[in-house]
Amino acid sequence: MATNPMHQFEVYRIGPEIKLGEIDISFTNASLFMLISSIAILFVFNLGTKKNSVLPSKIQLLAELSYIFVSKMISDTAGSKAKPYFAFIFSLFMFVLFCNMFGMIPYTFTVTSHIIVTFILAIFIFIGVTVIGFIKHGFGYLKLFVPSGVPVLLLPLIVVIEIISYLSRPISLSVRLFANMMAGHTMMKVFGGFVISLGIVGGWLPLSFSVALTGLEILVAFLQAYVFAILTCIYLNDALNLHH
Amino acid sequence: MIKKKIFQLIFLSFLFLEEAFASESGGMPQLNPEFWISQIFWLVLTFGTLYLVLSKLILPKISDNLEKRKSQILENIEAAEKSREEGEEKIKEYNKIVQDSKIEAKNYFNQTREKILKDINQKKENLDKEINEEIKKAEIEIEDLKNKAPEKINKIAIEISTDVIRQLTSIEVNNSSISAIVNDLSKDKDKYYGI
Repeated sequence: MATNPMHQFEVYRIGPEIKLGEIDISFTNASLFMLISSIAILFVFNLGTKKNSVLPSKIQLLAELSYIFVSKMISDTAGSKAKPYFAFIFSLFMFVLFCNMFGMIPYTFTVTSHIIVTFILAIFIFIGVTVIGFIKHGFGYLKLFVPSGVPVLLLPLIVVIEIISYLSRPISLSVRLFANMMAGHTMMKVFGGFVISLGIVGGWLPLSFSVALTGLEILVAFLQAYVFAILTCIYLNDALNLHH
Repeated sequence: MIKKKIFQLIFLSFLFLEEAFASESGGMPQLNPEFWISQIFWLVLTFGTLYLVLSKLILPKISDNLEKRKSQILENIEAAEKSREEGEEKIKEYNKIVQDSKIEAKNYFNQTREKILKDINQKKENLDKEINEEIKKAEIEIEDLKNKAPEKINKIAIEISTDVIRQLTSIEVNNSSISAIVNDLSKDKDKYYGI
């Protein structure tokens, strides 16, 4: 069981079974790491804003730099209209980043390697962006599916393709993050298993692979959080500034 | 149980991995819907709390501080600019004072120089005058002496020649004859005095 590379993704109950009516909402290891990530974010940022001096300390600099990083990302992709959604995108980026990073610690659980978690985030973004689009532009938001400068003959086809691509946004967004995290962690587990099975003689090669993969996975953990946030910004941009 | 089935069907249509999640032990644990509701519940709870705390408490603090720093930096730059201008003005003032003092010093120098030169000239003139007078006096005296000298010399010559003649010859010579000879000789005085 220990060598099964999928074993690390198993969710199990921690503590008693909690039921809300018919529904099982027990505290699990997934819940634990969501909680740990949130608390860690709040801890770091609370520490970073405690003194708020003009000359920042290191932890304050960290908080300010991440603030500037996310705010620049939003203003670059979605413009100044996206300012009210800054807090959401910031929380989203930090949550995904911390969940990914906590998953890199051995024997932990990676929250974002579960399709249900990423899908809920993505579908929330999808619905939210669509609602914002319709509020801002009314039915004019449907012009999103009709690109300008397309021959009339091709228009029906293009519209269908645009609608399909729009509707597949939450799926692509969630599957991208989930698949990246799952694939990386599975691969590390597989190479780790090779180290054990090849022993002291042949285990060095997979071990070195494992080390290299750890570095790569840390990069992927950051990159996927960034991609998740920036795609949210791009969708938001479509809703706020209708281009077509 | 029906809800579980509905969730399974939704994701099956996306992922086409029916057999993968069919058995709990072999396939992907992600597709086991046993804890889906629990995960959604805890996700909403933790992420919602995180969003609320960040947006209401922490992010405003950061943006306030960034804004504060920005304005403070601008203020500092302004103050620095102001003091720089002040400094430049002070340097101008200083230069002016230095130049003025230089001119004043030059004037003083020139005035004093002229005064001293005048003084020196006057004193020199006075001295020249005095010297000239002295010279004139001396010249008159010399002239006097020069004029009186032949007579005296004649007298002395007569006396001496009388004495010499008396001593040598013990003859009393008439004074008048000697003086006639001396006078005769002294007419050609240029020859003997060498004047």
